[in-house]
Amino acid sequence: MRIQGLAIVYGDNVNTDLIIPSKYLTTLDPMELASHAMEGLDRDFAKKAEKGVILVAGRNFGCGSSREQAPIALKYAGVRCVIADSFARIFYRNAINIGLPVLECQGISGHIDDGDILEVYLEDGRIINRSKNETFTAIPLPDFILQILSDGGLIEHLKKRMGGKG
Amino acid sequence: MNISEKILAAASGKDQVKPGEIVEAKVDMAMVNDITGPLAIQAFRKIGVKKVWDKEKIVMVLDHQVPADTTKSAELHKIMREFAKEQGLPFLYDVGFGGICHQVMVEKGHVRPGELIVGADSHTCTYGALGAFATGIGSTEMAAVFATGKLWLRVPSSIRINVKGRFKRFVTPKDLILHLVGNLGSDGAIYKAIEFAGPTITSMSVGGRMTLCNMTVEMGAKTGIIEPDETTFAYVEARTDKSFMILGSDSDAKYEKKIEMDVDDLEPQIACPHSVDNVKKVREVEGVEIDQAFIGSCTNGRLEDLEIAAEILKGRKVSRGVRLIITPASQEVYMHALQWGILETMVKAGAYITSPTCGACFGGHMGLLANGEVCISTSNRNFVGRMGSPDAKIYLASPATVAASAIAGKIIDPRDFWEAKY
Repeated sequence: MRIQGLAIVYGDNVNTDLIIPSKYLTTLDPMELASHAMEGLDRDFAKKAEKGVILVAGRNFGCGSSREQAPIALKYAGVRCVIADSFARIFYRNAINIGLPVLECQGISGHIDDGDILEVYLEDGRIINRSKNETFTAIPLPDFILQILSDGGLIEHLKKRMGGKG
Repeated sequence: MNISEKILAAASGKDQVKPGEIVEAKVDMAMVNDITGPLAIQAFRKIGVKKVWDKEKIVMVLDHQVPADTTKSAELHKIMREFAKEQGLPFLYDVGFGGICHQVMVEKGHVRPGELIVGADSHTCTYGALGAFATGIGSTEMAAVFATGKLWLRVPSSIRINVKGRFKRFVTPKDLILHLVGNLGSDGAIYKAIEFAGPTITSMSVGGRMTLCNMTVEMGAKTGIIEPDETTFAYVEARTDKSFMILGSDSDAKYEKKIEMDVDDLEPQIACPHSVDNVKKVREVEGVEIDQAFIGSCTNGRLEDLEIAAEILKGRKVSRGVRLIITPASQEVYMHALQWGILETMVKAGAYITSPTCGACFGGHMGLLANGEVCISTSNRNFVGRMGSPDAKIYLASPATVAASAIAGKIIDPRDFWEAKY
């Protein structure tokens, strides 16, 4: 899978309360969640992400709550992939399960600036910064995770596997 | 193998597992609350499976926004009640019958040693206090568990923290875990299991152990766990007739790291804004004026927490200009605090007592902070905007420190408070 987009860069320890504050958790509508994405940190995020972006962050991205509304808000706001130095584990799993690709690449946040054009290849974890002509390699995703992502998330993946039978 | 590896091996039908290995494991119990449950139910319906894998193994607890504070949350609660009815789920803890999900899971006998438990809440790691391997997952993943009873997990490497020594008066397990989070950092244990051991842990109550395990996720850990012992067995056997496996770590078990800790000289600790690992001694920040004090949450809303707070509040008054909000963690805690006169002591001191709920910790329901306000809380997170305004400040401390600070009107070490006889 090849993913392309402009980079939006944030720092370390971006937590789930910043990604989607508690007060918006009473909706199940992904577009409503998306309109408040990253509101705790960057009020212009929803506008910036509209055309499709790759979010780059430092260490421990998504720490805090298990709220899946966090990756949902990012995905529906226009985030095509999240690349970080490291992820909090529940966020990492949630992102994959809802079909938002995540790549872990130590030190990546120090090499990418807002607005850089990035190209990402999920199969081998290659990240190419077209603006700076630099290439990085993230930890590649295991096959079964790639399968979940290419099916569009865990639900679609399970539907295929279980054939919709109860 | 260590205890975490043994539980994951048993759950995935293997003789042995190693850190880094990915296993497909059978889940013993699954828990959702009113924030994560409706999304899980919605995802479950999309899979197209009609019945959950095992109705006896699913627990639903309404705790975050109870009683419903808006029509929107009322609608979410309704989704849960209807699902429970449709699926015949025997364990739905509704308003008036439960409390905070993690307290309810442990109190009602849904957590047994040796089990693999998943909950759609990050503080599910609390159940490690009873020797279960318990971890937080998201809603979609929970829908998959509802459908299949299984989950893929990466076997974590473990950090063993050996604790010895005796706590001084007004120093508590909360001070120990804050100290450890401060030392290891908020990403110090990502993907790992933290195993607590040693004489201090063995002499600790189940409540104290829950406080420790609860906050391991604040270091990024997958779980916190304590080998079951006589204290565990006595607690569990009083609350469930179900049998359980007794698993412990081998003497030659492998750990990524071992940490030795002595609490003899540990002082009261406090996490300063805006990060859980920004930990200092309470004495270093004494004098910071506060607007609100909160005693409650799945970290410190238990009977022993209310007891130590009441000891400090007895015969005194909450400082003018400070709001002291106290939230028992469950109906059971509430009832005992009522019967033992703890709540009376608190009300006389000017505390505002709420019914059992996540309440002010969650910041979606009650006890929100205004611009520029300062809160000292017994909860587990002090993120920007966690309890209302992003311009408010949250300090995290033990129930003793919070109660003493509420009386003093400013942050104070409970030992200094006691000596000054406010």
